[in-house]
Amino acid sequence: MGPTLDFSVVFDAMPLLLWGCLGTLGLAVAGIALALVIGVLGVVTRGSAMAPVRIATIAFIEIIRNTPFLVQIFFLFFALPGLGLKLNPTVTAIIALGVNGGAYAIEIIRGGVQSIPRGQTEAGLALGLHPAQVFRLIILKPALRAIYPALTGQFIMLTLTSSICSSVAAYELTSVAQRIESDTFRSFEVYFTITGLYLAMSWLLMSGFALISRRNFSYPTR
Amino acid sequence: MSHAQGEAPLIHMEGVEKWYGAFQALTNINLSVRRGEKIVLCGPSGSGKSTLIRCINHLEGYQKGRIVVDGTVLSNSMKAIDAVRSEVGMVFQSFNLFPHLTILQNCTLAPMRVRKADRATAEATARRYLDRVRILDQADKYPAQLSGGQQQRVAIARALCMEPKVMLFDEPTSALDPEMVKEVLDTMVGLAADGMTMICVTHEMGFARQVADRVIFMAKGEIIEEAAPETFFSAPQHQRTREFLGQILQGH
Repeated sequence: MGPTLDFSVVFDAMPLLLWGCLGTLGLAVAGIALALVIGVLGVVTRGSAMAPVRIATIAFIEIIRNTPFLVQIFFLFFALPGLGLKLNPTVTAIIALGVNGGAYAIEIIRGGVQSIPRGQTEAGLALGLHPAQVFRLIILKPALRAIYPALTGQFIMLTLTSSICSSVAAYELTSVAQRIESDTFRSFEVYFTITGLYLAMSWLLMSGFALISRRNFSYPTR
Repeated sequence: MSHAQGEAPLIHMEGVEKWYGAFQALTNINLSVRRGEKIVLCGPSGSGKSTLIRCINHLEGYQKGRIVVDGTVLSNSMKAIDAVRSEVGMVFQSFNLFPHLTILQNCTLAPMRVRKADRATAEATARRYLDRVRILDQADKYPAQLSGGQQQRVAIARALCMEPKVMLFDEPTSALDPEMVKEVLDTMVGLAADGMTMICVTHEMGFARQVADRVIFMAKGEIIEEAAPETFFSAPQHQRTREFLGQILQGH
């Protein structure tokens, strides 16, 4: 006789799972916001005329993109307290996600910035704007528009990566699921359900990104 | 010529030299432009005419000589560059309107951010200049929704909104379809008639005849010849000028 499925444990635990979803979305949104800030600032420092700043940015990108996320979050959570810096799981998770996503975001956004014709910068400078104003007011928005699908794709990846934050016991969907599973031994039902929940959250975020795009990037270009 | 003798020129270039690596882009440029004067710069491509006007607002640096704009010596100091750029308007071959801003926002951006004008004042100024280039009805559209000629007229209005003392035009009609050249030239003629100081890099010799006080011919980074348009076109002094005019006036 084969295994029988019993989804009643999942229904019973649904409030917990939905709170877990909120935890995941919270980590994702905070991580994405931090990644965006790091991404934009990193583009500036990556192109800095000061060599040490530029080289430090490149080193940061190389280290983050060529090491595992799990090692990065373990480093923050278990290694930094040795240096006297102790972070709670949620803060650790947000920093880890933001830093990891930021390293990828720098290179993506930089591609967008480089796609903007030189004449845009010249027109801004000729009008008397400072280089920082030119970047912020003239270059940034068209640059983000140019790479928006790649950037938001990366952010969806980041959201899914947040499940790894369960390894430092951050409050999010996968850690909630692990607890329910260890209480009930209903592995299939639990992981089948959170697969669906992750899919739903990805769609939710994608609709959010589409809405942001419609509101900000819908100006005609041709 | 109505100005008093001895009045300081608005733009003064003295022994200006510029290199790109080993290539000398400008050689011993001496040029003075009086308030209200209209200069047309012409010459074969690569002769340095665009480089010359781009030195005036420091989009290009220069290695030797001196450039003074409205009393400010143009050095590498950010303060001098800021002072000069806010007095010098520029119109580019490729329009360079900001695609994510409406026509009105294109015109109010610099006055609000550089001159610290409040929105109402900046918009009133923008509407006045958009009306002057006869494009006020498009104020709420985006650049991509306008024709090339309309975009270039907006670019002129955008520069005028900073109320510059001099306007630089870098081949303003070269990227335009032929039927749109006239509307841009008419706008420039109107501007000249209002007394704006202008330096125009252009191959539109009809425009040069009509508005220029002086036509300057450049080749290989040097000023070869300069004269009032009647003299320049009827009796060019240099062989290279004659060859250039022969080529450019063919079929005119």
